[in-house]
Amino acid sequence: MSTATDVDATARARDLLGVSRLTNQALTGWLHGLPGVDQVGCEARAAGLSTRSIKTSSKAWAIDLAISMIDLTTLEGADTPGKVRGLATRALVPDPSDRTTPSPAAVCVYGDMVPVARDTLGDADVKVAAVATAFPSGRASRAVKLADVRDAVENGADEIDMVIDRGAFLAGDYLAVFREVAETKEACGRARLKVIMETGELSTYDNVRRASWLSMLGGGDFIKTSTGKISPAATLPVTLTMLEAVRDWRDLTGEQVGVKPAGGIRTSKDAIRYLVTVHEVAGEDWLDNHWFRFGASSLLNDLVLQRQKMTTGAYSGADYVADDAPSGY
Amino acid sequence: MSTRVDVRKTYKLYIGGAFPRSESGRSYEVLAAPTGRRSTPRFLANAAQGSRKDARDAVVAARKAQPGWASATAYNRGQVLYRVAEVMEGRRAQLVSDVRDSEGLTAARAEAVVSAAIDRWVWYAGWSDKYAQVLGGLNPVAGPYFDISAPEPTGVVAVLAPQASSLLGLVSVLAPVIVSGNTCVVLASQARPLPAVDLAECLATSDVPGGVVNVVTGRTAEVAPWLASHRDVNAIDLTGAADADGVDWGGLELAAAENLKRVLRPGGTGATAVEPDFGPTPDLSRLSAFLETKTVWHPKGR
Repeated sequence: MSTATDVDATARARDLLGVSRLTNQALTGWLHGLPGVDQVGCEARAAGLSTRSIKTSSKAWAIDLAISMIDLTTLEGADTPGKVRGLATRALVPDPSDRTTPSPAAVCVYGDMVPVARDTLGDADVKVAAVATAFPSGRASRAVKLADVRDAVENGADEIDMVIDRGAFLAGDYLAVFREVAETKEACGRARLKVIMETGELSTYDNVRRASWLSMLGGGDFIKTSTGKISPAATLPVTLTMLEAVRDWRDLTGEQVGVKPAGGIRTSKDAIRYLVTVHEVAGEDWLDNHWFRFGASSLLNDLVLQRQKMTTGAYSGADYVADDAPSGY
Repeated sequence: MSTRVDVRKTYKLYIGGAFPRSESGRSYEVLAAPTGRRSTPRFLANAAQGSRKDARDAVVAARKAQPGWASATAYNRGQVLYRVAEVMEGRRAQLVSDVRDSEGLTAARAEAVVSAAIDRWVWYAGWSDKYAQVLGGLNPVAGPYFDISAPEPTGVVAVLAPQASSLLGLVSVLAPVIVSGNTCVVLASQARPLPAVDLAECLATSDVPGGVVNVVTGRTAEVAPWLASHRDVNAIDLTGAADADGVDWGGLELAAAENLKRVLRPGGTGATAVEPDFGPTPDLSRLSAFLETKTVWHPKGR
């Protein structure tokens, strides 16, 4: 399966849209030609998938999988090198009382903290993800955003989490959003690009679907719900809509794109609901931390508590997991 | 003359200031204590049959409420607890009726038990801003320091309420736990849960913050082991393990040892555990059983 890395996004977009020149009008026609999302049906389906009962060995498997899918995140103005080192150390050893606990997929920090995270993680198989492009608002000039991305990549980031320009999207300037994603993708080089759509600001599921397709068209390797700074952040219906988009995108182009819900997922129960939805909507191919991630910080503690309960047979408590300072996640 | 249909009651649990049903959906019949004349025991009400997951939820609620309750001033805690006694006095008729049915007492005896229970509550409420002077103090040290020992609450306490004394006994084990700033999960008497449900209704309509007291009704032997082994419970009062069906209180102590819980044993020795007599005015031993001592050295200067 090919990835979007070495594809010229504009040429491919022209192909897909069947136009000789990529204009905002052409993009608008294409995106608005996507079928609308049935809001009631979508929410009912998400609610239905939330009621599945996952027990015993399936639950143990799901907990370990969910831990391995976490992008352990700290995105605070008050982040210190010490806090980032602490977070990276937690990623290496999520539960000191049980070394069989898997590591999260990545540590997600601001661009200037990438070297600290990189040094702490060493050769371990935990990626460093950096938010860039004037996160979280995305309100800066294109040049500044791209410089932000290049800087993070030079510092050793394996993955870049960009935010789209929601203002341009809502104003109907899809071409600007497309170019921004495409140029950011180019600036990423070998780093994987996650495109944050900030679904809490997009108002409707139709917009979520359009933004998902637009992000994939621009070359995003992942589509991500939220920055975690806006409420509502990730919700199950929104994630379901995005999972349908990546499934349909693969049917259309043969390329697989990942999904990352972020923000507001705090309990193991929530995480397992998402995994059920991934399995039912996108399919088993996405049940892997290369294709599905949780942007979270406190979720890890709850998963570890559940894991301890399953291992020891006794309910565990906050005294037996790391005390990470609360963040927006 | 018209005959009115009975309003049959199905009581619920009291967790985090709300009255949820058991997550298991189960309930059980509560029967009146046999009084001699009747051969078949009289049906009183249905009570929720709490499960391990209800106990888990109750511990979460208690943990959440603990910092706020502990940081309330001693004076404030005393006022809040006194208010509970006021509400109990207002619901006196209901308490008397339920104690009488549950314990098979005469009307006069039930009145006396309820009075004693309310008085016991007031007695403990009064201790809220006094126990620190009695149980803590200034230690003489060889140096220019004040050396102060101050009692602090242990945290979340699981309480197995006495099986026989359903109200006076309950108040006598519950009040000393919360007066110092602990929060608790109470496992009500298995056969006599109604006075505990009444007390929960008193607490819900007083000023006690939700989660400070959580009441789970059900089978003691089923739920107690989960509380005893729960790592987020800091202490357990095993009083109600005495005379409870199928409860091995030694086993509960063993489970409690896993995270070094404070354990208050039931009365008696060995396997012959007995429920204490809650009649006489108590001492501070139940209060001090759920306290930690913080000792502070402070330079005195000259």
